[in-house]
Amino acid sequence: MNNLSYLKNVVTLKLDENKCTGCGMCLEVCPHQVFKMNGRRAIIRNRDACMECGACRKNCPAEAIYVESGVGCAAAVINSLLGKNAAACCCGPQTNPEGKNSGVCC
Amino acid sequence: MKNLTLPVIQNNFNCCVPVQSAQPAYPSIRQPFVTGSLETTTGILPRVSSSLTWADRRGAMKARWGVGRMNYSLEPGLYALNNPDANSPVLVTANYKMSFDKLRQALPGRNLWILVLDTKGINVWCAAGKGTFGTQELISKIENSRLKEMVTHRKIILPQLGAPGVAAHAIKKRTGFTVYYGPIRARDVAAYLDSGYKADAKMRTMTFPLKDRAVLIPIELVEVIKPFSLLALTFLVLGGLGGPGNYWANLTNFGHFAVVALAAAVLAGAVLSPLLLPYLPGRAFSIKGFSIGIITAIFLLYLRGVNFSAWPDRIEALAWLFIIPAIASFLTMNFTGASTYTSISGVKKEMRFALPIQICAAIGGTLLWLTSRVIS
Repeated sequence: MNNLSYLKNVVTLKLDENKCTGCGMCLEVCPHQVFKMNGRRAIIRNRDACMECGACRKNCPAEAIYVESGVGCAAAVINSLLGKNAAACCCGPQTNPEGKNSGVCC
Repeated sequence: MKNLTLPVIQNNFNCCVPVQSAQPAYPSIRQPFVTGSLETTTGILPRVSSSLTWADRRGAMKARWGVGRMNYSLEPGLYALNNPDANSPVLVTANYKMSFDKLRQALPGRNLWILVLDTKGINVWCAAGKGTFGTQELISKIENSRLKEMVTHRKIILPQLGAPGVAAHAIKKRTGFTVYYGPIRARDVAAYLDSGYKADAKMRTMTFPLKDRAVLIPIELVEVIKPFSLLALTFLVLGGLGGPGNYWANLTNFGHFAVVALAAAVLAGAVLSPLLLPYLPGRAFSIKGFSIGIITAIFLLYLRGVNFSAWPDRIEALAWLFIIPAIASFLTMNFTGASTYTSISGVKKEMRFALPIQICAAIGGTLLWLTSRVIS
């Protein structure tokens, strides 16, 4: 499925290799094999494969990863542009604990 | 002096249950898919099996078509799959009924615990993105269900797709349980358990094969049915205006073709695009949709046998070359929400260029079509 790759050079993923402790958690949670180990530290292997789900950032105990997460969904973006409930696309009513229109859906 | 002894006496003789040892609330055993109960020291748990009933399958089918999809849920809390004991693994999932069913169905003959989080009936991936499949919810379910009294080990297995909502290190710190991220798909869970909680790269990678894309088509169609009907009706009514014959003759000719053309646009964007996704050109979904829209429009006009020597026919044909790709492109772009590899930054970027073009093409095409009706 090499044809299924999305736009190039758009993702907000950043890895601070100096903070990385090499626990490997990011490799485990990433659904697109974005990271790999380079000796005792993780590095970004395939940046364009990142879908900004935020799993790595959430599970990095060293807080070495930054990514503006959200789920890539056009309907949610349109809804938030229109000032409507952002999750009206496919995930039901917005139940984000922060209660904000984050453009997050499925 | 009185203060020294009184609290002790009260604790021993108090008839009321102190707050800390309140009975944990386990899910009801009176849910249709529950096959029995499991008595434990802390209460009675619902027991389920791995075989799905007709009602389970019918429920999944209905949800795929959007019927009752937003409250297709089960009560959150701890469930027993078959006959678990203190050493049995603990699996965590969402309270979307389809997620729960897929999980138990994939584990025939196994004895284990299933801890269901309250995600408001939303699947693991979506709920993790929203944070309802989250650290706080997991902590509270571990505590409420008295998981520490149920099992002697301190391991819980989460679906990998729950990771965007859960900080594994925070769970360890707060509850003592170590989070193991299992495979992405339920069908790999058995192999994961057998290999001693090891997932290979294949189990960890999200793909989007034909079958996964195809099951999403019904809901794409259901969501577009209302705007399609309104649009088709409008074109049908306007189709009778102008033209060579009387109103009804025109309506039958141009109006009917307009309905067919709009239906073809929906077919292209909501059915063909998902099916042909990897083979359509471009990375942006809007471009993929535009391509299939152009092909569909040309094919349709070929079938119609356009008379290219007459201006009204030419303009009508041109109108559809705008309208069909615009709709197909828009619908395909909406499919980003259901796909498994698009990023929010990417979607925003493609929308910035695609949405204005789609709108202009749709409006321009409609004006052309109206022109062709008036001048003929």
